Amino acid sequence: MIPLSHYLIVSAVLFTIGTAGVFLRRNFITILLSIEIMLNAVNLTFVAFGRQQGGVDGQIIVFFVMAVAAAEAAVGLAIVIGLYRHRESLNPDAFASLKW
Amino acid sequence: MPETLVFYLLSGLAIGASAIVIGQRNPMYSVMMLIASFGALAGLYVQLDAPFVAVAQIIIYAGAIMVLFLFVVMLLNASRENAAEWDRSHPLRQPAVVRFGGLLALLLVVQLAWALLSARGLAGPVGARGGAETVSSVRVLGRVLFTDYVFAFEATSILILVAMVGAVVLARREGEGS
Amino acid sequence: MDLTLLVQLGVIGLTFFMLINASAILVLAERKIMGFMQQRYGPYLVGPHGMLQPFADIIKLLMKEELRPKGADKWLFTLAPVLSITAAFAAFAAVPWGAQTTLFGLLEEPVTLGVADINVGILVIFAITSMGVYGIVLAGWSSNSKYSLFGGLRASAQMISYELSYATALAAVILLAGSLSLREVVDGQSGAWLGFIPSWYVFLQPVGFVIYMIAGVAETNRAPFDFPEAEQELVAGYNTEYSSVRFALFPQAEYINMTTMAAVATDLYLGGWHGPFLPPEYGWIWFLLKVGAILFAYIWVRWTVPRYRYDQLMHFGWKWLFPAAVINLILTAALVLYFDA
Repeated sequence: MIPLSHYLIVSAVLFTIGTAGVFLRRNFITILLSIEIMLNAVNLTFVAFGRQQGGVDGQIIVFFVMAVAAAEAAVGLAIVIGLYRHRESLNPDAFASLKW
Repeated sequence: MPETLVFYLLSGLAIGASAIVIGQRNPMYSVMMLIASFGALAGLYVQLDAPFVAVAQIIIYAGAIMVLFLFVVMLLNASRENAAEWDRSHPLRQPAVVRFGGLLALLLVVQLAWALLSARGLAGPVGARGGAETVSSVRVLGRVLFTDYVFAFEATSILILVAMVGAVVLARREGEGS
Repeated sequence: MDLTLLVQLGVIGLTFFMLINASAILVLAERKIMGFMQQRYGPYLVGPHGMLQPFADIIKLLMKEELRPKGADKWLFTLAPVLSITAAFAAFAAVPWGAQTTLFGLLEEPVTLGVADINVGILVIFAITSMGVYGIVLAGWSSNSKYSLFGGLRASAQMISYELSYATALAAVILLAGSLSLREVVDGQSGAWLGFIPSWYVFLQPVGFVIYMIAGVAETNRAPFDFPEAEQELVAGYNTEYSSVRFALFPQAEYINMTTMAAVATDLYLGGWHGPFLPPEYGWIWFLLKVGAILFAYIWVRWTVPRYRYDQLMHFGWKWLFPAAVINLILTAALVLYFDA
């Protein structure tokens, strides 16, 4: 049997990778992908703790996190498309000034 | 023993694929590597006696959200040549900032490791209390979802409706009719 | 070695072998049936009645030159057909095709005829078929050609649109059966009403069956929804730039997807391996007959009905089929509640 701490360490490493991606990469799509990595790390934590407690609550919360992640990915990508139409660039630094 | 081996394989795949996602210049490859990472996570959920969550992960994340990402990458023709140049011209890449940030990241990792290793109750194996049958039963999941969490369920459906309308409105070209 | 394990490995190998044979037989069946519907003989030169034609086709395809366009993405161009065929084979893994058998008392415990018996089987099939979209969309994009790109985008948009109606029709059957495991759904259809009408779910869910079949045809990119490979308009759609082995994998994946859809329809609506006159150990014969009937219907529809235009296809999927599936689900839920309360 696998100790709970192993799952938590995997989840922590995944979350760190996601955070690093959000901070270090200068490409909208990669930033959104890193956010998805972070959400998945959190899902793993929920399921692991839920299994430890013996109920289905962990899985239910994961269900809601997945739904919210889907909604957020859809809206985020729509915003990226809208931004691309204005500046033809996927670099967040191209949108650093308020004037067009 | 084979259980531990499978766990190490799957978690290694998940972590390795995620590392490639953030390191890869070509967004198309990033998306494909993330799909691999999601598949590995689904395997981990199966090991945690959560088959419904594993299948939902494949259907929702790997089967729908990633297709959406793929469409956007293809639509915008996200170029791969500029990625390296953009990362180099990162405004936060000055040496002092990098050193300070590195120190903070190291502090974060040390804190996480200390927290995980010194907490009590985490050393026992997952599932020591048994109950694999109840936890993996979809019937129980459905019952709890529609009785204890029904308000969150209905709110989520409204959220998805709002997101759908929002995505359609935001991605429309300006000046289009109704 | 444990005899049960050996038998299970044998069943897995047999399933794999039969799937490959199914795609070969379908190649021939399609051309013969198409020929007879068009009042001509199909292939008849190779072997008696053209029965060795699939071998000729495969040998010809293997002998062709492997081309890759210069601008094509090196990894994704080869990965796309691999993804398609892997998803096609893997989806059939969750489909049981025969009753539990002990091989006439040879084994101590019964073995299900089928690769795996998963307690969320229906969802696993749905999940793996939704991964099949990637093969097509990657093939379209990585070929670096405008015909392929359009074909790939249209195909994937069509597939994800019809997945909704597909899943909603499935949900109605799951309500009736009370379980997500395909074996239990089939076992719920044993027996007969009034002594001679078999208690299949197609009689309880006629609208659901029609919705499932239409969504299944759209999912596998078959006519009248085969816009992605519309020969008259898009050259060959997403597989324009493919040749030889990589090309051969695409139609094979399509035929195996068809077989999986037909097999799942048989298990869910037509009673799986239950049928009169045969003892339960030979139920797989009935399964083969039912799957064959559905595949014949697939080919029949293809060569009878004209192709939809792309926007008509999307309108139909979103504005007619999905609301019909949702109303079907609500009615089924109401009736199940009424009759069980």
